[in-house]
Amino acid sequence: MALVPVLLEAAVRAGTPILLAALGELLAERAGVLNLGVEGMMLVGALAGFIVSQQSGGPWIGVLAAAIAGLMLSGVHAFLSVSLRANQVGSGLALAIFGMGLSGLFGKPFVGVPAEGFAPIAVPWLAEVPLLGRMFFQHDPLVYVAYLLVPSLWVLVYRTRLGLKVRAVGEHPRSADALGISVVVVRYSCVLAGGLMAGIGGAYLSLAYTQLWVDNMTAGRGWIALAMVIFGGWDPVRTALGAYLFGGVQALQLRLQAVGVTVPTYLLMMTPYAFTILALIAASASRARWRLGPPTALGTAYTRGE
Amino acid sequence: MIRRLALEKRPDPSPRLLYLLSALAIGIGLLLGAIPLWWMGTPPWEAYHEMVRGAFGSVYSLSETLVKATPLLLAGLGVGVAFRAAFWNIGAEGQLYMGAMGGTWVALTYPGLPAPLLQPLMIAAGCLAGAFWGLMPAVLRARWRVNEIITTLMCNYIAILWVDFLVYGPWKDPRAFGFPFTPPLPQTARLPSLPGSRVHLGLLLGLLVAAGLAVLLKRTRLGYEIRIIGLSPGAARYAGMNLGRTTSLVMALSGGLAALAGVCEVAGIQGQLRHGLSPGYGYTAIIVAWLARLDPWATIVVSVLLGGLLVGSDMLQIAMNLPVAGAYMLQGLILFSILGVEFLAGYRLVWRDAR
Amino acid sequence: MNDPLPLIELRGITKRFPGVIACDRVDLRVYPDEIHVLLGENGAGKTTLMQILYGLYQPDTGEIWVDGQRMRMRSPKDATRAGIGMVFQHFTLIPSLTVAENIALAAPGPGMFWRRKSFTKRAEELSARYQLAAAPNTHVWQLSVGEQQRVEILKLLHRRARLLILDEPTAVLTPQESAAFLRNLRTLAAAGHAVILITHKLAEALSVADRITVLRQGRVAATPDPAGVRESDLARWMIGRAPPAAPIRASQAAAAVELSLTAVSAKNDRGLWALRGVSLDVRRGEILGIAGVAGNGQRELAEVIVGLRQAVGGTLRIRGADVTNASPQTLIRCGVSYVPEDRQEMGLVPRASILDNLLLKAYRMPPRARGPFLNYAQAGDQARRLLAAFAIHVPRLDAPVSVLSGGNQQRLLLARELATHPPLLVACSPTRGLDVGAVETIHRLLLEQRERGGAILLISEDLDELMTLADRIAVLYAGEIIGCLRVEDADAATLGLMMLGGHALARPTPAEHGT
Repeated sequence: MALVPVLLEAAVRAGTPILLAALGELLAERAGVLNLGVEGMMLVGALAGFIVSQQSGGPWIGVLAAAIAGLMLSGVHAFLSVSLRANQVGSGLALAIFGMGLSGLFGKPFVGVPAEGFAPIAVPWLAEVPLLGRMFFQHDPLVYVAYLLVPSLWVLVYRTRLGLKVRAVGEHPRSADALGISVVVVRYSCVLAGGLMAGIGGAYLSLAYTQLWVDNMTAGRGWIALAMVIFGGWDPVRTALGAYLFGGVQALQLRLQAVGVTVPTYLLMMTPYAFTILALIAASASRARWRLGPPTALGTAYTRGE
Repeated sequence: MIRRLALEKRPDPSPRLLYLLSALAIGIGLLLGAIPLWWMGTPPWEAYHEMVRGAFGSVYSLSETLVKATPLLLAGLGVGVAFRAAFWNIGAEGQLYMGAMGGTWVALTYPGLPAPLLQPLMIAAGCLAGAFWGLMPAVLRARWRVNEIITTLMCNYIAILWVDFLVYGPWKDPRAFGFPFTPPLPQTARLPSLPGSRVHLGLLLGLLVAAGLAVLLKRTRLGYEIRIIGLSPGAARYAGMNLGRTTSLVMALSGGLAALAGVCEVAGIQGQLRHGLSPGYGYTAIIVAWLARLDPWATIVVSVLLGGLLVGSDMLQIAMNLPVAGAYMLQGLILFSILGVEFLAGYRLVWRDAR
Repeated sequence: MNDPLPLIELRGITKRFPGVIACDRVDLRVYPDEIHVLLGENGAGKTTLMQILYGLYQPDTGEIWVDGQRMRMRSPKDATRAGIGMVFQHFTLIPSLTVAENIALAAPGPGMFWRRKSFTKRAEELSARYQLAAAPNTHVWQLSVGEQQRVEILKLLHRRARLLILDEPTAVLTPQESAAFLRNLRTLAAAGHAVILITHKLAEALSVADRITVLRQGRVAATPDPAGVRESDLARWMIGRAPPAAPIRASQAAAAVELSLTAVSAKNDRGLWALRGVSLDVRRGEILGIAGVAGNGQRELAEVIVGLRQAVGGTLRIRGADVTNASPQTLIRCGVSYVPEDRQEMGLVPRASILDNLLLKAYRMPPRARGPFLNYAQAGDQARRLLAAFAIHVPRLDAPVSVLSGGNQQRLLLARELATHPPLLVACSPTRGLDVGAVETIHRLLLEQRERGGAILLISEDLDELMTLADRIAVLYAGEIIGCLRVEDADAATLGLMMLGGHALARPTPAEHGT
C-alpha cells in the first residue's frame, strides 16, 4: 500500500514537535522535577521563533529565540519549584496557562502574517535510499535535530557521569546530597534544558510544520509530550517511539478525516492517552516499578535535613 | 561566628495572614500583568479599569460575571475537597465534560419528561458520570499506587475526545451543517434563570453546595477524616481510618461536583452539548481552589473574582481590542504569585549563626 | 601492627550541643591494618566522634592528626581526600541504579563518560580482592541489606579509603550475615586498611577487635586489651552506674491477663524477621517493661499489638479474645491505646489544631460524635477538661499542635491516650528527648494509670526509666525475648548485658539450627 510510506513520513513530521518537547521534559523529570507547563513553553517558543524569524529573516535565529524563550519560562518554574519548594503541580499549571495567555496576547498581530521558515533538506546520501529515504531523510532540519537528540540523550542519561548524577537526584536526592552532588544545580539545569527543548519544539510548529502563527497552535501537543514521557517509561528511545507513534495516529486521523470518515478518528485519538494510563498501571503495579516507573523523587521538593 | 540569612519555618500562620496573602497574590499578579500590557502599548491602568467596569460596572455585567462564576464555583468546590484529602485532581475539566455528557444523554433520550422530573434526572446522571470519572483515578491510586496527577490529566483528554466523538457522530444535529453540536435541548431541559439575565439555577446550587461542604468539612466525621488524611496519612492509619475507601469517596464527590458544573453549563447556558464547551473552566477551578485555600466560603468569593476576570477580559477585547488570551496570562501570573507568596507564609527569614 | 605511627589520632576532642556534652576530651589512636572497635551505649558519643573525624561536625576543641600531620576536616571532602571513608546507618545508595553505577557515582573520575565495562570490571576486581560479593550489574533495590552494605564498602574502597568507619553495620544484618561480615572485616584489615567499628554488641566487639575503646557519656571509659577482657567488664564500663533504688511496691496478687502474645512473629519493612516467636503477658495493674537497644524489634512489636503490622504466625489475645491481625479500628475499640515512638508522623498531626489532635482516637464515639456529625462544642469542653486534668497549657484550642514544645506535645499525646482509661496502653519511648520536668510528669501519669488497674506495655531504651516504672522487665534482642525478670530481681548490669546480647551466647538461636 502506498499509504504506509506516506503515513510514516507524516508520522515523523507530526511526531517531531512532541518528541522535542518530550525529550526536554524527560530530562527535567529524571531530575525529579515535574513540569506541567510544557504546553505554555511550546507556545511561547513557537511565537518567539515566528516573530524573530519574521523580523530578522532567519529561521535559525528564530529557533535560537524560541529556545531562549522556553528557557526563561522554565526558569520561573525552576525557581518556584526548586528554590522556593513550591508545589510543582501548581507551578507547572500556572506556567501552562500563562504561556497560553502570553502567546495569545502577543501573537495577535502576527496571525495570518507570512514568515520565512525551514525548507526540507535531503540528507545527502541517505535520501537516495529507496522507500526509507523518502520517509525519513527528506525533512526539515529540526527533524534531524530530533533524530540526533534521541541517541544523544540516551547516552547522556545512561553513559555519562552527568546522567548518573541526574538520575541520582531524581531517585534519591538525600543520598545524592550526601554524595556531594548539588541537587539544586542539577535540578535547575535539567528544568532549563527542558524549557529550551520545549521552545524548540514549539518553533518547529511555526517555522517548519507550518509557516504561520495561529493562536494556540500547539493544540494540546504539550500535554501529549507529557504523556509520551510516561508512556516511554522515562527512556529516550521508548519516548521517541511513542512520539512517532502518536504522530502516526495524528496523520492517520487527518487522512481519515479527509476521506470523510470522521467519527472513529476521535476514538483513535484517545488511544495514546489510554495507553499511557495502562503503561503507568503496569509500571506502578509490577516489580518492574523501579525500571519502568517514575523517578522515585518525582514531584517532591528537597530540603536538606528533612 | 558568621551570621547568614536562613529560612525558618513559621510555626503558626494565622488564617487571616493566609487570606491576606491570597489577596496580595492577586495584586501582584495584576501588577506583573501590567508589564506585558504596557509593552504592547496598552495602558495597563486603563485596561484594568475597563476590566473592572466590564465585570462589575453594571447590573448586566455583574450578572455575566455570576454566569461565569457558576462553573468556577462548582468545579472549584470539587477540586478543593479533593485537594483537602491531598488527592491532586487535575481532572476537573474532563469530569466537567462527562457531566455535560451525562446530562445531555438524559435530555436527548427522554425529551418528553416534564421539567421537574427531567432536570433532576439530568443532574443525577451528569453527577454520576462525573463521579465515576473521578473514582477511576482514585481506585488506581488506592490499588496500584498509580500517580493521580497523570491519570486525571489523561482522563481529561479522553473525556474531551469522547464528547467530540459524540458530537461529531451519533449525537450530531442533522440540521447543523456538520457543526459539532447536538440538537438544542428541549425547553424543559433548560435550567430556570433569573429574568433578564443568564444567571441560572446553577449559581444557587453552587451556593448550597458550598454551604454543604463547609458543614461536611468542619462538622462531620467524614470531613474530619478527609482533613486528617490530607494532613498526615500516617496519623490517619494510626487512628484506624480507611484511606483507600475515604479517598475514593472524596474523588467521587469531587468528580460529581465538577460534573455538576458541566451539566449546568449545558442546561443553563449553552442549551446543547458542543465541542469546546468549556474554555478551561476545570483548570481555572484549580486556581480558584488554590486562592481560596480550599475553603468553601472563600471559594465563592474567589470564583466571583475570577469570573469577573474572564468577563472583564471579554469586555477588553471589545473595548480595547485586546485578545481574550490576556485573561489566561493574568490567571497564570496570579497562580505564580500565590505560589511565591505561599512560601512567605510558610517560612520567614531570620539571621542564623553558621554551623 | 605495632607501628609506632598511628594512621589516625584524635587528641582531646570535645564537642558540645545545646544542653549536652557529646564528646568530652576524647583521645583515640587507630593504627593502619587494625580493627578498632568503638563501644558504647546509644548517646555515648561514638557516632558524633566519628562524624567529627569525617568532617560533618567541627569539634569545639581538640585536634585531628592523619599520618602524623595535623589536619582540619571542614567537610567530608577533606576527609575523603585524607583517605577516610564512612558507611552510615542510612545508606547513601540509589536503589534504582546498579551496583556499578553507584560505585561510579561515588568517585569523580576523569572525563564526561563513565564506561560501564570498566566499572563492572573494577567492581568485580574489588569484590574478589576483598571477598565482598556483589554482582555489578544488578540494581541495588534487588540486593539484600547485607549485600547493599557490601556495596557501600566497595564505594569506599574504590575511593581508595585507607580508614573505613562503619556505624553499627550489623544492626541490619541477620546473625549469619553478621558473621560473614565480620570475616570480611578481617580481610580488609589484612589488606592494609584500618577499620573503626562502631557497635554496642559485646560479642561482636570481642570477636573482631584488635583494640577496643569504650565510651560512656562522651568520655573514654576504658581501652582494654580484647584478649583478656570479659563481656561483663565491657558492660560495666559501658553502663557504669549503680542501679537506682527500686520504689516500694505493694505486693501484687496475681491479676487477670490483659494482653497475651503467643509465639508471634513478624517481618520488618525490609522483609527480614523482626520478631521471632515472641510470647509475653501483660496483666491488669502491671507495667511490663521491654528493654532493648533500638532496632531489635521493638517498633514491630508495638505495631503488631495495635494492628499496624501483620503478625505472621502466633496469636494475640486481649482479655482472652483472639484479635490476631485485627484492624487498628477494632483494636482501638477493644481499648488498646498507643503512644508511638514517632510523634510527628503518626501520633500527632503537627499542622492540625490541638482540638483535632485530641479527637484523633475518639472522633467516632459519642458524645463527641452524634451520628455522622461531630459535636465540636462537646469536644471542646472535653478537651479543656482533659488539658486541665493533665495541666497542659495551650494558647488556644485551634492553634496547630506544632506550636507546643516537644514536652507538651508528648504530654498531650499521653493525655489523649490515657483519657479513656484504656485497659491496655502500649507506650514506646514516651520520654525520649524530653526535659526532666516533662519526664517526671509522664512517669507520674503512667504510674497513676497503673494504680487505676490499667495494663501498660512500656517499651524503652532507657534502663533507668524501666527500673523506676516497671513491675517486670523483659529484654528483646534480635526479635526474641531472651529473659524476663521481676524488677526486684533485676539490676542494671545484668539487664545491660542481656540487652547487648550477652546471654544470647549461651543459647543457640533458631536461625543457626538447620537453616
